Amino acid sequence: MLRVQDQERFAMDDMRSENVQEPYTRHLLHYYDGTSRYVLIKDEEVPFPEGKLIVSRTDMQGVITHCNQAFVDMSGYAEEELIGQPHYILRHPDMPKAAFKDAWETVAQGIKWHGYVKNLRKDGRYYWVYATIILNVRNGQPISCTSVRRKPSRSQVDACIKLYAQMKQEEEQSHALCNDR
Amino acid sequence: MRYVMTVSPDFAPDRIAGWYIFNTWLQRQLGEHIHLELYPDFASQREAINNDEIDLIYANPYDAAMLVREKGFTAIATPGNISDEAIIAVAAASPIQRVEDLRPGTRIAATDDPDVNLISMIMLEPADLSIQNVEIQTVDTYVLVAKRLLQGKADAGFFLKEAFAGLSGMIQRQLRQLVHSEIYVIRHVLLAGPRLQGHLNDLQELLPAMPADAKGKGVLASMGLQRWELQDQEDTEFMIDLMDTLVD
Ligand SMILES: Cc1cc2nc3c(=O)[nH]c(=O)nc-3n(C[C@H](O)[C@H](O)[C@H](O)COP(=O)(O)O)c2cc1C
Repeated sequence: MLRVQDQERFAMDDMRSENVQEPYTRHLLHYYDGTSRYVLIKDEEVPFPEGKLIVSRTDMQGVITHCNQAFVDMSGYAEEELIGQPHYILRHPDMPKAAFKDAWETVAQGIKWHGYVKNLRKDGRYYWVYATIILNVRNGQPISCTSVRRKPSRSQVDACIKLYAQMKQEEEQSHALCNDR
Repeated sequence: MRYVMTVSPDFAPDRIAGWYIFNTWLQRQLGEHIHLELYPDFASQREAINNDEIDLIYANPYDAAMLVREKGFTAIATPGNISDEAIIAVAAASPIQRVEDLRPGTRIAATDDPDVNLISMIMLEPADLSIQNVEIQTVDTYVLVAKRLLQGKADAGFFLKEAFAGLSGMIQRQLRQLVHSEIYVIRHVLLAGPRLQGHLNDLQELLPAMPADAKGKGVLASMGLQRWELQDQEDTEFMIDLMDTLVD
């Protein structure tokens, strides 16, 4: 895997109830770097902005270094709250871990990754995107990653809702098995 | 040394004279011979690029990747505040109200403008449409795209935003926009080839100074531009990476 774990771990604040309108549910997410955080989830979708692209860049550890206005608007965070944070700040508990593992492994090989992603906003609502991630190579060296998201097809999103639910269930079952040992 | 300059074939037809004026101005400033060669389409321009015949190009963003990464071109400037945006339009009376109403088999009128076609195809993805399940009718100009819509020969048309705005009021009133892009960072870019590297500094000084000079300002106006904005190599690399995420 291309992502090396930082010595100094990010401990992100839990999502705050004053930013999220009731009703919502509370979930504990565990991130790859060993940290975890409580997120607040509302079952309400925000439509993708017509004609726009949502763009961000990260360093090789997945820490956000740049983002465009559409990214800021859709995430619900201020730009200052996003820059310097790990990209998992947008991770939604409905997303299976395997999807991102595949993304990181694909991009590390210098291969373009495409996929449908459900993202979590600061206000607990969500938005679906069709994302592409590529490695930025300068003078032969990988220096950063760029992700560009566009408006997804509804039929593909519907298929992913089913697929991801199944993947999550499998992940939880194997996790339970591991913990039993 | 005699250099060759060319312009992306999607320039507005009424700007041809402007590019000749720019070339004359540039030759005088640099004290070099530059021949302006205009190609009728993207295919013939790409052939000239492949044969290393081009030294200075006002390039379509779609071609920038190949020019920078394969042909060793260097970014100099972009036209200030002009980005390449696309519009998908239908005839005003069409039953189609939103992109998602379009079905496989949709007949699309388009030019050969590669970045407009790329952006427009992306805006069709929410309808599960791709190059595999639509019928593309390629015509020479945006006026002809509009004409096919008005004649009912195509269901939707792809336009460069400026070209759509340039259609006569009478034609525009008979069309309706379904969606328009707001990407901002995809822009035409002026690139210098390997043989012109010795003049990079001159170009980087001359071009941004044009609006401050009466003559330069007139030259810009004749091309329909307000100013040149210097573009560093990383800005160009970023745009190329972005384009790269959009092509399969
Ligand atoms: C350029 C880039 C963009 C990313 N965009 C997102 C995103 O929009 N949403 C998301 O949940 N994860 C995104 N990720 C993946 C996250 O880095 C992270 O892997 C993911 O949220 C899962 O968290 P975990 O790795 O801690 O399991 C992106 C990664 C990269 C390199």
